[in-house]
Amino acid sequence: MEGRREGARLELVCPAGTPAALRAAVEAGADCVYCGFRDETNARNFPGLNFSPEELAESIDYAHERGARVLVAINTFPRAGAEEIWHRAVDTAAQLRADAVILADMGLLAYTAERHPDLRRHLSVQAAAANAQAIEFYVEAFGVRRVVLPRVLTVQEIAAINAAVSCETEVFVFGGLCVMAEGRCALSSYATGKSPNMHGVCSPASHVRYQEEDGELVSRLGNFTIDRVPAGEPAPYPTLCKGCFSAGGKRGHVFEDPVSLDAATLLPQLAEAGVTALKIEGRQRSRSYTQAVVASFRRAVDAQAEGRAIPAGELRRLSEGQTTTAGAYRKTWR
Amino acid sequence: MTQLTLGPLLFNWPAERWSDFYARIADEAPLDRVCLGEVVCSKRLPFYADRIPEAIERLQRGGKTVVLSSLALVTLAREQRLCADLAAGEDFDVEINDLTMLAHLAADRDFAVGPLVNVYNEGTLAFLASRGARHVCLPPELPLASVATLAAAGKTRGIATEVWAFGRLPLAISGRCYHARVHGLAKDSCQFVCGEDPDGLPVETLDGEDFLAINGVQTLSFAYAGLLGDIEVLEAAGVAALRLSPQDCDMVAVARLFRETLDGRLAPEAAQEALAGDLPEIVFANGFIAGRPGAEAAGHGWSAA
Repeated sequence: MEGRREGARLELVCPAGTPAALRAAVEAGADCVYCGFRDETNARNFPGLNFSPEELAESIDYAHERGARVLVAINTFPRAGAEEIWHRAVDTAAQLRADAVILADMGLLAYTAERHPDLRRHLSVQAAAANAQAIEFYVEAFGVRRVVLPRVLTVQEIAAINAAVSCETEVFVFGGLCVMAEGRCALSSYATGKSPNMHGVCSPASHVRYQEEDGELVSRLGNFTIDRVPAGEPAPYPTLCKGCFSAGGKRGHVFEDPVSLDAATLLPQLAEAGVTALKIEGRQRSRSYTQAVVASFRRAVDAQAEGRAIPAGELRRLSEGQTTTAGAYRKTWR
Repeated sequence: MTQLTLGPLLFNWPAERWSDFYARIADEAPLDRVCLGEVVCSKRLPFYADRIPEAIERLQRGGKTVVLSSLALVTLAREQRLCADLAAGEDFDVEINDLTMLAHLAADRDFAVGPLVNVYNEGTLAFLASRGARHVCLPPELPLASVATLAAAGKTRGIATEVWAFGRLPLAISGRCYHARVHGLAKDSCQFVCGEDPDGLPVETLDGEDFLAINGVQTLSFAYAGLLGDIEVLEAAGVAALRLSPQDCDMVAVARLFRETLDGRLAPEAAQEALAGDLPEIVFANGFIAGRPGAEAAGHGWSAA
């Protein structure tokens, strides 16, 4: 049983889209920072984001000198005929002494387990391992040491998983919220030809257009209208699954409201459920955002570990659309 | 000879109709393989579970290979037991739609892999082959170049490669039930409202564009995949089987059109036109295979471009 040690402090895993954000996260109290290479090998393949091998080398040194760890996300699904690109990414992460790689693809997990047995392997949320048996399969087949749980589970289900698996678990606590099982969604691909699994992007800005029509601001993704708001009102970014549509004669957010996840108040329950690490989403966010969110969660984690009340709601202003949800962690979400 | 597979029925049809559908498929449809079982929502299974043995028997009498499909998203203890039971039964081929099944299948057991398992590259194909995979239906979003590479890699490892060729494309699966949400209900008290929509509930954009279709926890494309016109390209790519996904239409006629085209008795383009003529309300798309947005219809000749 490798699960969280009884009474151990929850580990804080923080996003870094740039070397500057990585430094900010470490300074603000991150235990771990996760990041990716500047290419299609990671699931936040956005323009202007991510790390060259040289930047990663420097950043890993920076983090290690300050007692923080660096996890490298190589969590898209390698393209047939071009697996080499993903293999090289894993080789580079190993060579630069990354503390772990975060992987989703079975072929890439097999490659890493064989070529770099000592490189710690975390299972990305993109692998969508949603129950104890699926997780144990990854542990047994590829020596996975930690699994990032899909955002489709309740706290009770997470507790049951932790009681049954022989690896650590990590859960998302703040930031963007996929309502679909991650790694199993081709919605973006259907509208734009670009997908999270293949290209590391969802609802990419390159395919977004805003236009004013009849006093409304229309946001379109590819050839589809994702939302319409009265001109002058703030228009949420047209992420496909947060769009406003019409179904069964009803107009509304069919899949999810433009909310983001904030599970800060659930920290005691997540700790009780045996979770090892808390993950903050947002590698695409600014350095100042990263700094503020990490510092706030540092306070929350420390408060939880010391048995004090969790400061609630202080991050709300940083959330998309100004509203937050505890998502699937509460059963009523379903 | 390229095979035809009937995928599992994804929608919530009344039990009587479920039985009638498979009876007619068994007796009349020119199909090689038929996948049966609940892939989308475990709450639906009790309505027709007791009818499955009879359907299997009739399909086998009709000369079809029967394949039992597993659930796509497995979270509840009850769902984990369903997977264990499916793996334990040794009389039928099994198609896995979630890797939970690999925890249960005996090491020497051959199996098929459904389109909801992420098989994007040769490394994954090789790993699955080593675990006993013999037939893989690829994720629908893959472009032709990937399909061709995987079909070639599959051949060297004894895996038949299948492509999603007809029916609404499975685009996403969630912990949340969208049918329930649209009706102001929650998943646990859903009243099985998904049963009102035998082809899924269409989702339109605010500008009235046809976009998606919801099916309980699953989201599908509004357009149907329609790869009849692409059959020659797919065969040249080494594809071994085509998947037809049941919709609320004459699936026997659909299967016949595909079979006749594969047998060279109908020209692919003429066949796709005939299909469109039989189903005038339906929008067809082949954007994914053409390496374009999945919703697009790439038209004839895209593969030469």
